[in-house]
Amino acid sequence: MTLESFFAMGGYAFYVWTSYGITFAVLLWNLFAPIVLRKQLLRQLALKQKRGQR
Amino acid sequence: MKPHRKQRLMLIGLMLVGIGLAATFALKAFNENLMYFFSTTDVAEGKAPRDALFRLGGMVVKGSVERPGADLLVRFKLSDFSKEVTVEYSGILPDLFREGQGIVAKGRLDSRGVFVAEEVLAKHDENYMPPEVADSLKKAPEAE
Amino acid sequence: MSFIPAPLSRFFHRTASPPHFYALADKLVPWLTVLFLLLLIPGLYGGLVAAPADYQQGDSYRIIYIHVPAAWMSLFIYVLMAVMGGIALVWRMKLAEVMLISSAPIGAGFTFVALVTGSLWGKPMWGTWWVWDARLTSELILLFLYLGVTSLYGAIEDKRSAARAVSILALVGVVNIPIIHYSVEWWNTLHQGPTVSKMDKPSIHISMLIPLLLMAGAFKLYYAIAVLQSAKLELIKREPSAQWVKSLLENKA
Repeated sequence: MTLESFFAMGGYAFYVWTSYGITFAVLLWNLFAPIVLRKQLLRQLALKQKRGQR
Repeated sequence: MKPHRKQRLMLIGLMLVGIGLAATFALKAFNENLMYFFSTTDVAEGKAPRDALFRLGGMVVKGSVERPGADLLVRFKLSDFSKEVTVEYSGILPDLFREGQGIVAKGRLDSRGVFVAEEVLAKHDENYMPPEVADSLKKAPEAE
Repeated sequence: MSFIPAPLSRFFHRTASPPHFYALADKLVPWLTVLFLLLLIPGLYGGLVAAPADYQQGDSYRIIYIHVPAAWMSLFIYVLMAVMGGIALVWRMKLAEVMLISSAPIGAGFTFVALVTGSLWGKPMWGTWWVWDARLTSELILLFLYLGVTSLYGAIEDKRSAARAVSILALVGVVNIPIIHYSVEWWNTLHQGPTVSKMDKPSIHISMLIPLLLMAGAFKLYYAIAVLQSAKLELIKREPSAQWVKSLLENKA
């Protein structure tokens, strides 16, 4: 199997690769969005705590 | 278990049973409408609508596909293994259309009892195998 | 709970307390990630490279390796949410509420993926992007249920009563799950019948089945990782001024 035929997917390249692309985009978003939001929230809370202590 | 929790659990149980029953009745009522297509037996028994668009599903009978003219008109028989209906369609057929394949056609019955289709969709089966295995499966009954 | 021995019950309550759960999640995630990759990489290689093309559908059937596991997860996560909803209503367990609400976007994601990949598979094979048959329609309703859970929770200010409302919605919506599963048997649908779960033997060749099961395992582990991340955020959001959050901040600083 050549690399070309792998990407061609027997003529169904558009359907197969779009499917995989969208899937991984959705899964990555759902995984990393809460991580980023949590870091932001913790930063805000830390800032608030510092202000409160002063 | 504490009594108030038991009560809540009972309440949830009752709620689920109630919703289940309601859903069952609703589905029973909508049963006809939830059918995506009629079978060829339905047509033969007159259950399918006359003079109205509906969908007809079945297997393309082996050896029944013919192209009577030079145009795109295709004529074939659909079967559900008990009754057959003749279908006429002119247009591009989907990749999966072939003899022995399940399809769903949208159209209406004409005065001859022929189903004139406006749209043909292929309905693939739930079997997945490599071509070599499919070939050997086809050959196996012949060898016996 | 009389039927659960006291030490076990104590263990549950301790593990379910936010700080313990938060720490446990941190400990679990690396291991889950390693397992996830161990299933995902051979699964993708098997599905996209090693498995042979289908005798009828050619290479287009390779969409099955994400479509079917995603559809399974969309059902599985909803059932889990309904169970969490039941626990939340009866025992008023905060962690169950958090897990329920954290699962909803992930379930919605899987449902969306199942619908979109199904559409991208249906176009070349069936000849259409979408039909209103019982299977496709009930799966679309599932997507709305997931979105309904998230927006209902967001719409109610007081998070305890929001959780109660959402638990009830999750329980009510669970009737849709058997409908989705059996839709292909109860009604004539364009969607074909089940492939793997048939009792006699799966109608898929073993060389194609193995990557499918690997991908299904990978998606389960993905859910575990993603829901823990989401739950960690939700725990902090719920009690930002709790002692354990404060010590979390001090440890970081």
